[in-house]
Amino acid sequence: MAKAQAAVVGVGTTAYGRLPEYDAYDLGMWALSDALADAGLGFGDIDGIVINRIPDYQRFCEIAGIDPQFVTITPGHGRFAAICIETAINLVSSGRCKTVALVYGNNGRSAGAAYGGPEDSYGSGANGLWFPYGMTSPGAFHALMMRRHMGLYGTTPEQIAQISMTFRNHAALNPQAVMRQPFDLDTYLNARMICDPLRLLDYCLINDGGVALIITSAERAKDHAKPPVYLRGAALQTVFADSMFPPDDFWRGAMKKVADRSFGEAGLSREDMSALMIYDNFTPTVMFSLEGCGYCGEGESGPFVAEGHLALGAKYPTNTSGGHLSESYMQGWALNVEAVRQLRGECGDRQVHDAANVHYSAAAPVCSSIVYSRDAS
Amino acid sequence: MSFHQGITAKPRPRITPDHQPLWDGFKQHKMMLPFCEDCGKPHLPPGPVCPHCFSDRLDWREVSGRGVVTTWVVVHKAWFPAFAEDIPYNVVQVELEEGPRITASLVGAGDQKLDVGQKVVAVFEPVDEDLTLLRFKPA
Repeated sequence: MAKAQAAVVGVGTTAYGRLPEYDAYDLGMWALSDALADAGLGFGDIDGIVINRIPDYQRFCEIAGIDPQFVTITPGHGRFAAICIETAINLVSSGRCKTVALVYGNNGRSAGAAYGGPEDSYGSGANGLWFPYGMTSPGAFHALMMRRHMGLYGTTPEQIAQISMTFRNHAALNPQAVMRQPFDLDTYLNARMICDPLRLLDYCLINDGGVALIITSAERAKDHAKPPVYLRGAALQTVFADSMFPPDDFWRGAMKKVADRSFGEAGLSREDMSALMIYDNFTPTVMFSLEGCGYCGEGESGPFVAEGHLALGAKYPTNTSGGHLSESYMQGWALNVEAVRQLRGECGDRQVHDAANVHYSAAAPVCSSIVYSRDAS
Repeated sequence: MSFHQGITAKPRPRITPDHQPLWDGFKQHKMMLPFCEDCGKPHLPPGPVCPHCFSDRLDWREVSGRGVVTTWVVVHKAWFPAFAEDIPYNVVQVELEEGPRITASLVGAGDQKLDVGQKVVAVFEPVDEDLTLLRFKPA
């Protein structure tokens, strides 16, 4: 088995919700301070920094009073959580940096971020052709995908509901989650339609919040405040050609590639996973990830989720924090932190017993897969 | 997208030089596609080169306007103020007989239930003297 080259040694999160007294810089700084304390490090230890969604990298580092060797900034798209982590793995495993901080700050709720309408650019710049028909928003795009899935495979709203209900049950056990009140099937079915077939409870929760991770080499990782969580495998695959339209295969081809590559690198299999963290901007994304990663067969995610496999205590506890649907939409970042906290055994009432390996995946025009592990090999 | 346009009128397409022949075709009630003179395949959305073989030898030709619905969405939220009165409205994606997919809306279906695979044909709806929109109706 291959030995991990990189590890997470610190994680930090802010409160999530409506936090109008904080801007994206404040939220990022709060999360970074928390992550450094968690790692037993100081600001001066950071020699590489990757900024996501915070408007300006120079101002952020000026506020922190740091002069890292390496810096980059990335667009505030959820797919970039894994791209930033992949960047950090490359920086520390090559030896070009010792300690890389990844910092995400999002004041989208207070700033009134709208995913749809005249300012929205989702869909490969397709808005020039979409807007005359009132077509806009990532939600509408995922509704197009879900509708086709329903047409091809007979997937039902009752099956989809199980994802949303399960994650809410998990959030009820997470003090940090924004929405913690469980709901039943009738409540799901009666929630107002946004983009039919997607209802309000199929959508993630736009909030204010910040997340930070500290990544170092596996070798150095042993010398920090807490046990390292190893980045055993990671892979990315873009799907940009013809991306103005839903991919015919619901991103299964690309998801299979990233899952196979990251599991291969880790020397682990799906069966070894104690929990799953699946990017859930909308419920359908969870189904496409399950199919693509091979947790269920092609077109079978509806019956699979309805069988209850994603619940705590079941075979693949998924989004144990409540995920984007119930904890907060932190664009993949908080799911990666949840993976780390599960492997450290820090998750209290929602802790997965003896968690050894956790799989993060995101199905999107950049598909990604990361295998986290308690052990280096 | 200017502010006043978003409030008072429905958004207009952003027509780049690559897209111009498509919209010129709609005005003449024709469905036109850019075909590659090297590999023979048509593509959408229009671009400066063929995305299948990277050739820049493109030839716009009229096609049948027939296709099948690959999927659709019914929008219930007023993302654009000018669409508020239309809610809920449909947006369909159609795979044309010649291969490429295109986004538009379906008219004339009445109470008929939409389905993946529904056969449709292009219709053209003049908006003003500069713009005609493509829509589809059941075939």
